[in-house]
Amino acid sequence: MLAKRIIPCLDVTAGRVVKGVSFVELRDAGDPVEIARRYDEQGADELTFLDITASSDDRGIIFRIIEQVAEQVFIPLTVGGGVRQVEDVRNLLNAGADKVSINTSAVLNPQLVADAAGRYGSQCIVVAIDAKQAGPGRWEVFTHGGRRATGMDAVEWAQKMQTLGAGEILLTSMDRDGQKTGFDLALTRAVTDALEIPVIASGGVGNLQHLVDGVKLGGADAVLAASIFHYGEYTVRQAKQYMAQQGIEVRL
Amino acid sequence: MGNLRSVHQALRTVAPDASITVTGDPQQVAQATRVVFPGQGAMPDCMRELDARGLRSAVLEAAHNKPFLGICIGLQMLFEHSAEGDIPGLGVLPGKVVRFASNLRDAQGHKLKVPHMGWNEVHHAVHPLWQDIPQDARFYFVHSYYVQPQDEQLVQATSCYPLPFVCAVARDNLFAVQFHPEKSQSAGLALLRNFVNWKPD
Repeated sequence: MLAKRIIPCLDVTAGRVVKGVSFVELRDAGDPVEIARRYDEQGADELTFLDITASSDDRGIIFRIIEQVAEQVFIPLTVGGGVRQVEDVRNLLNAGADKVSINTSAVLNPQLVADAAGRYGSQCIVVAIDAKQAGPGRWEVFTHGGRRATGMDAVEWAQKMQTLGAGEILLTSMDRDGQKTGFDLALTRAVTDALEIPVIASGGVGNLQHLVDGVKLGGADAVLAASIFHYGEYTVRQAKQYMAQQGIEVRL
Repeated sequence: MGNLRSVHQALRTVAPDASITVTGDPQQVAQATRVVFPGQGAMPDCMRELDARGLRSAVLEAAHNKPFLGICIGLQMLFEHSAEGDIPGLGVLPGKVVRFASNLRDAQGHKLKVPHMGWNEVHHAVHPLWQDIPQDARFYFVHSYYVQPQDEQLVQATSCYPLPFVCAVARDNLFAVQFHPEKSQSAGLALLRNFVNWKPD
């Protein structure tokens, strides 16, 4: 049967992998190409790169990184960050990305999702949603790296993105991101139950049981984590072995 | 998925000395010794593009006469009909393309998403393209439709979601897979390597 996916996430700025806490306080984690190769060797099912570069001058760096990774790593590569128009999607696919993740621009211009999916297929369009709890059983969508509230409900927004042609949802809990206290399971469950397309849970992984909980309790189709892998706490293979012991189907 | 660059990159890795061209030119397809036929997105768009570029006869000719590898939509297009857009395919192989049912559930009762996306086990028959690939090795899939060949003899592999479906077919010089070998790490590269070395009778 289909395996649950484990996806290491590499936040990239100025050519380096970094990781922050709740979207701030960045800490260096190393060279993206080297890290990508290491995760591939450890059995990562996919890799996600988020270009968090603030200045547009450095935008070219991510293309060179993706080109280099795609020459050596033969698993699906998702790239996000600063995707504003269909041309950005095309350029990233041409650089070697297999999927492109759209976040803020999907909110500002939902038609971008429909246009990109229409041109390149839903299979390569991931819509990333940053959500923050707004009340019991209610989460609000934020944009601009978590700085701007939209007033929109995360579950309804995810459904709208599915309708417009998203192939997958990358769902990040802003409350949990970098906190190492586990995924927001209620948020994950609410979104995955409302959708036909796969949901990747993100934000908050601090130990391997959190990955298991994301799948078993949150109902996620894939789990994304950054810092537990970057700083050598666990290898991807250890994570998969642990999940397999807990009865989750994984690719070993 | 089905990114042409990814297919090109993977082929370059397994055949560093070969000349590999990404092309939409019927002449170049006609001159090639081997043809890889990847498809991405929706099948109606792929069929339209194929005809817009005047590629139909070159592809048909290749599918009948030289080592030919279809990937993803490139597998689906070989059949007679697809439920995606309710359109005819190339009709190289007898059978049709249908969609996974909605509301699929696994044995534990969990909802199965469509598209079928991720790494699934491939149970394969005996064929030169499976050489050195373990039984039930996992390959990367992303698709909402799958093929139903009319002729059981065509089937080269199946996978389960949750019911068995055909994920590879072969006939003479032709081989085609639903998954993405170019994105399936070592198992995928092994299949591509087998293809570039394949000498069909």
